[in-house]
Amino acid sequence: MPAPLAIRLRGVVKRFGEITAVDGLDLDVPEGTCVGLLGPNGAGKSTTMKMLTAQAIADAGEIRVLGFEVPADSKQARALCGVTPQLDNLDVELTARENLAVFARLYRVPRNDRRAAVDQALEIANLVERADTPVDKLSGGMRRRLLIARALVHRPRLLLLDEPTVGLDPQVRQELWALIDALRTEGTSILMSTHYIEEAERLADTVSIMALGRVVARGRPAELVREHAGVQTHEVYGPPLRLAEVREAAEAAGHRVRQTGTAVAILRAEDANGTLPEGITRAATLEDVFVLLTGEEVE
Amino acid sequence: MSASAVAPRAGRPAGRLRRRLHRLEPAAITGVMSRDVTNFLTYWKATTFSSILDPTIYLLAFGLGLGTIVAAVEGMEYVQFVGTGMVATAVLFSSAFSAMYGVFIKHRFQHTYDAILAAPVDVEELVTAEVAWLGLRAGVYGTAPLLVTMVFGLEPAPGMLLVPLIGAVMAFGFAGFGVFAAAAVSKIDHFNYIQSALLTPLFLVSGTFFPIDELPEGAQIASNLNPLYHCVELVRGAVFGFETSALFHILVLIGFAVAMWRLAIWRLEKRLIE
Repeated sequence: MPAPLAIRLRGVVKRFGEITAVDGLDLDVPEGTCVGLLGPNGAGKSTTMKMLTAQAIADAGEIRVLGFEVPADSKQARALCGVTPQLDNLDVELTARENLAVFARLYRVPRNDRRAAVDQALEIANLVERADTPVDKLSGGMRRRLLIARALVHRPRLLLLDEPTVGLDPQVRQELWALIDALRTEGTSILMSTHYIEEAERLADTVSIMALGRVVARGRPAELVREHAGVQTHEVYGPPLRLAEVREAAEAAGHRVRQTGTAVAILRAEDANGTLPEGITRAATLEDVFVLLTGEEVE
Repeated sequence: MSASAVAPRAGRPAGRLRRRLHRLEPAAITGVMSRDVTNFLTYWKATTFSSILDPTIYLLAFGLGLGTIVAAVEGMEYVQFVGTGMVATAVLFSSAFSAMYGVFIKHRFQHTYDAILAAPVDVEELVTAEVAWLGLRAGVYGTAPLLVTMVFGLEPAPGMLLVPLIGAVMAFGFAGFGVFAAAAVSKIDHFNYIQSALLTPLFLVSGTFFPIDELPEGAQIASNLNPLYHCVELVRGAVFGFETSALFHILVLIGFAVAMWRLAIWRLEKRLIE
């Protein structure tokens, strides 16, 4: 029997005037798993996130969150969800503890449990020492951790993370990954939108790649790589003229090719019978898949 | 990062949370208000300072300055006439401006409302909480001119205890108006239009500084549309004794508050829910 679904979207459409931001989206998040929603800017990830909390209303399609129909019963669903937005919207004049206390109330944590819930959230965010520091005196990394802890103060069954580590330095990102990984390991369902390939690869059980408002591929990161990009990618560096030649030859030989400013990457290098130009052969990555399917280079 | 602290709470009370959540739940409204109160505690000193100093300066300038050429109006010393009238002005500024700027900043700059609406709080509850908080606050701070006027010789009267209540009713209306305005304008600078074209005339022609019944008849009829006029009349009634028209005045203020509350919900919902 398949696991029950924390999130189920069928044929969801969202238009803004002439623009169709989400265009017939199907998406499943099985309970207890982390699903990565990977896509370039403008693919419809943030709009999708907003529809899950009824902050955007779909024009067509069906949305169920934790079994509740959205938007009709969204309020019940929201009570069981935690949301970490892309933009930091903490109350900057309040302390870390005060921020958490306000949201413990908003998420209906019973009065007698609130103090313990706030203490525990401070512990999760590793901010016990800074509990009484106003937010505008906290570092960027601390603020992000607090933003995630705020989404956890009522022990949600489902966590919605919209670009959780955007704009953070690598060390802080590693820290947050450890936190998110711990949550997933302990059974919280997670939907995480990101445009960082490595983030999706590291944290997600399955990845859905979005482009132009639809899911264009889904699966485990390793399977997606095997299926769409093969085993090896061969990268050739050189001046533009040389790269154009390499590209033409590789395409003539039946390879799919992606080109960045300084290199040409020949996919499925393992299929070439010693005819590759001089370059570096490396393992195929999710990034190769992403670029192939969305037609966009990663920043 | 302490992973052990992340264990799901055992025996989640699914039954409690399964129950249907309704509109206008007290838990949601007081939750949003608790955020307002927590924030207010970080800046209450500045608010209190200006709400005491402003009426003091006005009373010195108008009461004592103008009072030298205007001895008495409607049987009151001029300083007492202005001082009681200024309760409405204080309430207006405390409610309408706090709502306009506060809501605009929370909505467009700080994205506070995105976080609140991700919780089990609807726009209707959010607006109700903001209006209730600002209304109660303005009702309390609206008594500052009255207290200052007592320093200038106004005799205490039991009816004065009703003044915060009268102020709060009008403040609910102007807070609702402020929320509506914050949701309606596209830029924060547009508040200048509202202030100059609407709010300043409203407070100047409210019976605070000169009695309305000396104006031409058209202006007198128009002043019935001005909530401040009704508030001024009620406050003077509370201090010096009510007339039968008080019932009419309070009904107008209640109607104004209800209309603005619904208008604010309608407009902010259009803004916040895409």
